[in-house]
Amino acid sequence: MTTTAMSKERLLFNGSDWDFPTLQGIHDACEEIALGELGLDVYPNQIEVITSEQMLDAYSSTGMPLFYRHWSFGKHFAHHEAFYRRGMRDLAYEIVINSSPCISYLMEENSATMQTLVIAHAAFGHNHFFKNNYLFQLWTDADGILDYLNFAKAYIARCEERYGEVEVERTLDAAHALMSHGVHRHAGKTKVDLRDEERREQERRVHEEQVFNDLWRTVPTGKKRTAADVGLEKRRLALGLPQDNILYFLEKSAPRLQPWQREILRIVRHVAQYFHPQRQTKVMNEGTATYVHYRIMNRLHERGQISDGNFLEFLKSHANVVFQPNYDDRRFSGFNPYALGFAMMQDIERIVTAPTEEDRAWFPDIAGRGDAMSVLRDIWADYRDESFINQFLSPNLIRQWRLFHLYDDPEQEEGILVSAIHDERGYRRIRRQLSREYDIGWIDPGIDIVDVDLAGDRRLLLRHNVTNDWFLQEADTKLVLQHLANLWGYDVLLQEIDSSNEVVKEHTASPRKPIQ
Amino acid sequence: MHIVDRRLNPRGKSLENRQRFLRRAKSAVQQAVKRSLQSRNIRDVLDGGEITLPIDGLTEPGFRRGEGGISDQILPGNRAFVEGDIIPRPPGRSGGRPKEAGEGDGEDGFRFVLTREEFLDVFLDDLELPDLAKRRLTETEEESPVRAGYSVSGSPSNLAVGRTTRMAMMRRIALRRPRIQEIEALRREIEECEDDEKRGALEAKLKALTEKSRRIPYIDPLDVRYRRFETEPKPVAKAVMFCLMDVSGSMSEHMKDLAKRFYLLLYLFLSQRYKKVEIVFIRHTDKAEEVDEETFFYGPATGGTLVSSALAAMRAIVAARFDPAEWNIYAAQASDGDNSYSDGTMTGQLLRHEILPLCQYFAYIEVGEEDSDSSVSRSPLWTLYEGIRSEQVPLSMRKVCQRNEIFPVFHELFQKRDAQSKVAP
Repeated sequence: MTTTAMSKERLLFNGSDWDFPTLQGIHDACEEIALGELGLDVYPNQIEVITSEQMLDAYSSTGMPLFYRHWSFGKHFAHHEAFYRRGMRDLAYEIVINSSPCISYLMEENSATMQTLVIAHAAFGHNHFFKNNYLFQLWTDADGILDYLNFAKAYIARCEERYGEVEVERTLDAAHALMSHGVHRHAGKTKVDLRDEERREQERRVHEEQVFNDLWRTVPTGKKRTAADVGLEKRRLALGLPQDNILYFLEKSAPRLQPWQREILRIVRHVAQYFHPQRQTKVMNEGTATYVHYRIMNRLHERGQISDGNFLEFLKSHANVVFQPNYDDRRFSGFNPYALGFAMMQDIERIVTAPTEEDRAWFPDIAGRGDAMSVLRDIWADYRDESFINQFLSPNLIRQWRLFHLYDDPEQEEGILVSAIHDERGYRRIRRQLSREYDIGWIDPGIDIVDVDLAGDRRLLLRHNVTNDWFLQEADTKLVLQHLANLWGYDVLLQEIDSSNEVVKEHTASPRKPIQ
Repeated sequence: MHIVDRRLNPRGKSLENRQRFLRRAKSAVQQAVKRSLQSRNIRDVLDGGEITLPIDGLTEPGFRRGEGGISDQILPGNRAFVEGDIIPRPPGRSGGRPKEAGEGDGEDGFRFVLTREEFLDVFLDDLELPDLAKRRLTETEEESPVRAGYSVSGSPSNLAVGRTTRMAMMRRIALRRPRIQEIEALRREIEECEDDEKRGALEAKLKALTEKSRRIPYIDPLDVRYRRFETEPKPVAKAVMFCLMDVSGSMSEHMKDLAKRFYLLLYLFLSQRYKKVEIVFIRHTDKAEEVDEETFFYGPATGGTLVSSALAAMRAIVAARFDPAEWNIYAAQASDGDNSYSDGTMTGQLLRHEILPLCQYFAYIEVGEEDSDSSVSRSPLWTLYEGIRSEQVPLSMRKVCQRNEIFPVFHELFQKRDAQSKVAP
């Protein structure tokens, strides 16, 4: 420890007050450690100081600084606000936006220690993750997102002026209902360039209208022959079926949509796609940020830039953030991604620097490599939650967290089976199962558009592949299908298919009033 | 790195979204507002506040999994189980999995806070107060200036001399301006001084002091203070609402509840239209007294019924405290319709000649038991009032038996009318 006299000079702040020069100092100190010592690679940072009300605002529009108008954001705002007012929930300390420059919001009420924590966490931890993780590189366009949202907001406002708020709202409602099925799950396209999207909007619209006209032209004399000619396979190929990106399909092929409606579907789809990597990397992303803030805060304290008192304050919030209640605790509500991610990062650090025999057997590639940061940086870049857990959840951590696996088959009258626990036989099974719980492809119901009867009644056929007897929730599905039918303009049929390829359940919907 | 201070950005960015949401949820909000009124005090209602909306109609649907499938789950914190154990299912859960994150977020009822304005707007949608203002009172408010501390700028006529000199003195003391007496004393000392060397020192000191007093003026522009005035609106449109209720033995709790609802509506409605609304609660049996709200609704009382006593009490209170030239007077009377036969004439006289000329509006609701049929019975009071009711007097009357009739009746009494149509039904 440095002497008190010396460290007084170096302290970034005293007590809990801060001002803008202090923030600058904090940022610079964190940057020195993040880039110099941890070897992180980040987008330029932009730090914005906001009030709690603005924080609520930001929450309600999925964390974005500018967003189009829609009643559902008002609903979320009211909802969050009610919670906040009754003191039932704290506001998040931070919101950070995957953009370049990377924008981090700091709340004005936070103490200086909290601001340091947030800067270390968001402006360096998340920022590094956004910039380097392959999913974000593949699917998001940090340079273009803010401009694109700006465009989206203006575009939708223009539509409201021209076509009426009600019509736009109907379209947005429908698009939002299908949002979870509006992403490309499999790479294969080149990286999106949102700026280009915006530029080409006009051009595309004209072009697409022609394509649609062509596709749907019905020539009376040729009708019979078309039906006979176009075999199932050909037809599906022409429409790019099967297709799991429902919004994409509608945007390209729904016959009765106006060009502006297609553009709105497109906007919603882009937003969904933009957030898709975040859904798949919750544990890793928070784990990375938490690990980074922990390292930085410790270094700051070691270097005498944070006083003992403030460091204790930090440790207290840190402990809150990474708190994981046990399954039988009243506070338990699933795994805390901060806790799991942070524990795994620390565990990896341990494996790399001080491995046991078990670690050497399980992780021959990284055990004892010595340089924890370089191993972690590679992991942060190349994995998502599912593969990360599948690869790096160690027996050590499984024991430490006393993980166990419950298998609950409603057919079994006696009860729930404990199918694996934290022992030799259980490690791999627990690891595989936990990793599956983070696999979006496994969590989300898999629904494909499989066919359209072009020659007949143009009914759209969708299939849901039921796994483990999880059928779709009736009421919600009905509503979503109604939206889908309204967009499509004709009847829609959704079949639920069990593992033996039998249709077990069917849902149908007819357009209430075709959207004009 | 940039730091941007966004705190001063325009607030209420989500206002528009919020309004859209309210518009969308209008009927649900209206229902919820009505529900929430049942449990509040009359004055509390004005604070707006939290309401709970049913979630349906406001859901944002998505493809989700239903219940009943096979579930696998990893959980932390095993202490007792070994592989192969069978745990009985917790009761009340049909083969489902344990609660997942975010599920228990109060999604069944959606709560949020309405501002006072939003609350009242929803509530009083399309109602109108009959005969809103006294004819001789203008609609505009008078404003009068009120002292509001001091300011550093202002017109010379508002110069606050005392305050200014006090500020100057504070500054002079703080900056140690030499006092005049001090300099005088020094001068005298110099005159009387014989020793040249000492005189030199004293003169230097004098020079320093005079220079200092020149640098620190006696009164500085900094010291000047002006009296500040703010204009305060003086409400001219004032309203007083008289709640008259029969609390004799024949009034049941149910009837009182009906009455409370009616008063509450009226109060809400009035306070939406007037800056200032007073409420006077008068309860009566065979004699009348002015009471507070708590006693009015919940205080026990027994006795006979003399309606005229309440009217007389109202007349006296108006005479004492509410000059009809300045106040808009509203009265709402709730009763089960009982009155002593001997009191009929007296009541009629008072109402027709004393009370109605004072009032903007006099509403009489006759409350009945929940299961009774209001349309057949003709109570003494009803018959009496019906005789008084005519085109010229601001009296209207309705019968109510069910809770859910209150709002429709109120609505009917106060709905917007054409200008020429009369208040009385």
